[in-house]
Amino acid sequence: MSYQSMEEAQLRCKKDGIPFWKAVQIEDVNERGVTLENSWKQMTGMWQSMLENLDAYEENLVSQSGMVGKDGGQMDAYRENEKPLCGDFMAKVMANALKMGCNNACMKRIVAAPTAGACGVLPAVLVTYYREYQVPEETMIEALYVAAGLGQIIANRAYLAGASGGCQAEIGSGSGMAAGAICHVRGGNSEVIANACAMALKNLMGLVCDPVAGLVEVPCVKRNVGGAVNALAAADMALAGITSKIPIDQVIDAMKDVGDKMDVTLRETGIGGVAGTPAGQAVAEKLGM
Amino acid sequence: MGNIFDILGPVMIGPSSSHTAGAARIGLIARQLFGRQPEKATVYLHGSFAATGKGHGTDKALIAGLLGMLPDDMRIPVSFDVAKEEGMEFTIENKDIKGAHPNTAQIVMEAEGVPTMKMQAHSIGGGRIKVCKLDGIDVNFSGETCTLIIRNIDEPGRIMDVSAALSKAEINIATMQVFRDKRGGCAVMVVETDQVIPKEAIEDLESKPGIIRVKFLDPNGVE
Repeated sequence: MSYQSMEEAQLRCKKDGIPFWKAVQIEDVNERGVTLENSWKQMTGMWQSMLENLDAYEENLVSQSGMVGKDGGQMDAYRENEKPLCGDFMAKVMANALKMGCNNACMKRIVAAPTAGACGVLPAVLVTYYREYQVPEETMIEALYVAAGLGQIIANRAYLAGASGGCQAEIGSGSGMAAGAICHVRGGNSEVIANACAMALKNLMGLVCDPVAGLVEVPCVKRNVGGAVNALAAADMALAGITSKIPIDQVIDAMKDVGDKMDVTLRETGIGGVAGTPAGQAVAEKLGM
Repeated sequence: MGNIFDILGPVMIGPSSSHTAGAARIGLIARQLFGRQPEKATVYLHGSFAATGKGHGTDKALIAGLLGMLPDDMRIPVSFDVAKEEGMEFTIENKDIKGAHPNTAQIVMEAEGVPTMKMQAHSIGGGRIKVCKLDGIDVNFSGETCTLIIRNIDEPGRIMDVSAALSKAEINIATMQVFRDKRGGCAVMVVETDQVIPKEAIEDLESKPGIIRVKFLDPNGVE
């Protein structure tokens, strides 16, 4: 049985004297009846797929609707030629989030994390950091366990699908997972991980799912940037010792409550939010949707 | 809820786990149930699959699955061309299927020398699917675990024959469901097992009286 709360997982960590990622891996092994090696190998596959998928980005490819595709290349060019407001590292994070979002829209290979629409957040944070700071690969794979473990708690208490809980459940969860994961990479313990995830989730609470023409393109691709930048900000706060005044489990419960109250037009129906604007409607009409 | 690799994963071709990865899985499971690549496939899309399928590559993913491609196959975007090369004819139409899940596809598969098969399935999110109709009979299975699908005549003794054959092969039954169209008519047994069923056990089942068709779905094998 996977962890129903962060509290439960943290108790396990304390009792057995193990880090959060290990507690997640042990539960995976119990749940699926596989070996530790087998589980690790599968997670390594996810990591390697993220690296390959990011490198497979083609800056001249556009989605079938024509709305997205070139954004990653544009951000790269801007970073190389100008001085980004957010600094060089953050500009790389943003470019990578855009690249993965565009890859997804252009029918290239991605790792759903936790969903296809939010596939850019985790690699934008983790792969960019890995390449910038030459961290051992094992640490990154441990970080993926952290991300998956947090995602599983969110799934157990709330949801991960935009159709169920709005974009807070997709990009919001992806951002919370990435925030916790990068804290692990920087040596944060399970308390720091929990605080980072809680703060990332709170910052994106209430985010609606409003895809123009029902496609995973607008505003989804750019929201991956929002999720990645937010994850790093939340992680930095947590690493600075700033705590979430609301415990993570209660934040997740609040997110579910907000999602339940969210009108159906704001839950992946392509009706409300930016999908419902005159410009959004015009796109839908042009595409015959 | 699924395991951690449902949270981090699947590795898939975008843009949508329900409309692309799930659609590819539906095509693939249809092919597995049919037992071969169809020569001709007619695909009907319902609900959201019909409304936003084109922008999500649902059509390409379904055809890719019928061609035996997994949800992470790089050829999904060009599956129509692959179908042409491999001589698989297909048509895709929108259809309103009463009471069906919003992400539903119906597939009719034809090939010379084998009975035509009609399957209806829907995509439940996260790339996971449910098969809900087989040749007009209501069923309910996901194909995520080892699954044995048996078509038989609805008459006494058939369930015992199947369980006896599985017991002989030392296969443990995890779940078992039986469906039929009418009393004494066509029945479907859906048996989920803990082990992969060896070829001999399947041949043994096929030889039994009253058993029409036997199909084993191995979640780790493509064919």
